[in-house]
Amino acid sequence: MSYFLEQVLNGLSYGLVLSLIAAGFAIVFTSTGVLNFAHGSIVLLGAYLVAVLHDTIGFWPAVLVGLLGAAVVGVLINMLLVRHLADPNPGTAAILMLGVDIVLLTELTRRIGNQVLTLGAPWGASVVRLGDVTLPTGRVLAAGVTVVAFAGLWYLFSRTDLGVGMRAAAADGPTASLMGIRLSRTAATGWALAGILAAVAGIFLTSFPAPGVAPTVALSAFAAIPAWVLGGFDSVPGAVVGGLLIGLTSALVTGYEAELEPFLGAGFGEVAPYVVMIVVLLVRPSGLMGSKEAVRV
Amino acid sequence: MFELPKKLVGLVLLLVALALPFVLTDFWLQTGLFVMATAVGAVGLTLLVGVAGQLSLGHAAFAAIGAYVYAFTTGESTTTVEGLGLPPLLGLVLAALVAAGVGAAFSPVAGRLRGIYLGLATLGLVFVVRHLLVNLDDWTGGFVGRSVEPFAVPGFSFSNRDPDYLAIAGVEFEGLHRLWYLFVLVAVLAIWLASNIRSGRTGRAWANVRDSETAAAAMGVGVAGAKRSAFVVSSAYAGMAGAMLALAYGRVAPDVFSLTASVDYLVMIVLGGLGSVAGAVVGAVFVTSLPLVLAQYSSALPFLAAPGSGGLDPSTASRIVYGLAIIAVLVFLRGGLAGAAGRLRGRLTGSRAGAAPTPAVDRPVAGDPPRSKETTR
Repeated sequence: MSYFLEQVLNGLSYGLVLSLIAAGFAIVFTSTGVLNFAHGSIVLLGAYLVAVLHDTIGFWPAVLVGLLGAAVVGVLINMLLVRHLADPNPGTAAILMLGVDIVLLTELTRRIGNQVLTLGAPWGASVVRLGDVTLPTGRVLAAGVTVVAFAGLWYLFSRTDLGVGMRAAAADGPTASLMGIRLSRTAATGWALAGILAAVAGIFLTSFPAPGVAPTVALSAFAAIPAWVLGGFDSVPGAVVGGLLIGLTSALVTGYEAELEPFLGAGFGEVAPYVVMIVVLLVRPSGLMGSKEAVRV
Repeated sequence: MFELPKKLVGLVLLLVALALPFVLTDFWLQTGLFVMATAVGAVGLTLLVGVAGQLSLGHAAFAAIGAYVYAFTTGESTTTVEGLGLPPLLGLVLAALVAAGVGAAFSPVAGRLRGIYLGLATLGLVFVVRHLLVNLDDWTGGFVGRSVEPFAVPGFSFSNRDPDYLAIAGVEFEGLHRLWYLFVLVAVLAIWLASNIRSGRTGRAWANVRDSETAAAAMGVGVAGAKRSAFVVSSAYAGMAGAMLALAYGRVAPDVFSLTASVDYLVMIVLGGLGSVAGAVVGAVFVTSLPLVLAQYSSALPFLAAPGSGGLDPSTASRIVYGLAIIAVLVFLRGGLAGAAGRLRGRLTGSRAGAAPTPAVDRPVAGDPPRSKETTR
């Protein structure tokens, strides 16, 4: 029983980290309509900055640089590239982000090489014991930080002018613009927020129990895409629900792999999120909590 | 007045393609085979993404299906892998048909989702197919893959044997030379078919769906059916491309058909210009040959380091080059290389006839308010 509970708790905390990434996808999508395929590289970039800098300037300053770096890169991508697309529409924007991802990921992979960089997180490899359940401290912290981050997002989107402006811009850009909301500002805020969330997720994805910063982190950030799609393309609460579902699914499938292997084959944990995503898209094409797309003539 | 030169150019290119095996070395022949195989795949994808406006990240999955169907149906059973031992020609046809069938099986998703949403759903296909390839190891050979039977028709094999020695005009025709002509034939058929689909009734229906689903429905185009048929046709192309890749490698393995391969196909059609068949071919030439050529001549290029030394190795360099190329094309070159060529032609002849409108994925719905440059929604 405690094994099952441990898997569930692990899955939930991993799911919360995924939901940070998924929320980044949703925020960028609602604020600029871009399917940000470079998000995985930004997750890796945040973690990479922390790993490289923590020796010289200490862990917490390095975290600050990591968060800011990821935010700045996001804002610059939007300002310099997305806004200057020759033919602006969601399809070409998505392909543009694939191009950005290729460049960023290739360069980061080249810099990291074959090594696995350590993050130097002060919580190290310690664990927390709750009764007979043992969890890595990093995972518990991740859950706490994520809850705080989503509380902050909720406050931003419902109580501040900036957040309400972002929602207005997402609902109807041209009208919001006529009401005096500066779309360039809401877009930049969206990209910066997504970058910060990505960097936070990157730090937790690369600290214990993960071995450290390696290029594969960008790929595991891809697992957040099913979480985002599952929750609905334009919904931040949906991203949380989707993240938790995907986290639970992959933790349980991986945790009980020995029992499942005869039917599903080895390594099904990596595929399970995508299978869940395809099934949900079949039943509800706009995700669990996404708004149905209206067609106007 | 543009039709005649276009045909003439095509004919000259075909003659050049037919003459090349007489002069090329083995390295360039091998590169050419890969280029032709991926060109077939890219042409199929440009029908789906460029003409019908549906994004797909699952193209490599369908290529994998084609490659493995060919390997499985034509291979002989051994101690490690099973095979059906069917004639290779049948295997090649089955590769395209089975890929199309799987595409059709995916049509409940493909017919309902639009544009980038379909792109996300097909992303899952790559991972699912890879999982199957690794786990169904009786058929696929698992992680290490399986070898592929060379293509043959009765009495003639497209390999180094049977006939053991064949020479035309003093040049010995080995497996690579023989496969070259097979690939030219398949590629020309694929390109010809794609151009006809594009300009015919089906292609117009697809483009109509791309530009506005509502308008298409009002014109009597079945929207779900059009999206489905575009997806099935592009899957068949991918399957054929996969089988050709399998023949060119002589071996199939899951790693060849990763997400990266799917992205590469997208890169090809974007560089060439979405929706342009000729553009897809040019894109395939560039994307496929660049890493191979850089690797071959890396010792002669001073800025490249040996792989694994931490410097700029050939595959890293080529990935950065075409990552930047995508960004540059999308930001500066409306409509890719084909769009630029069209505008150039229009300028040279002083008319606008050559400047075809650029197709786009997920074009805004007609009647939407004009979009500012601030947002791309």
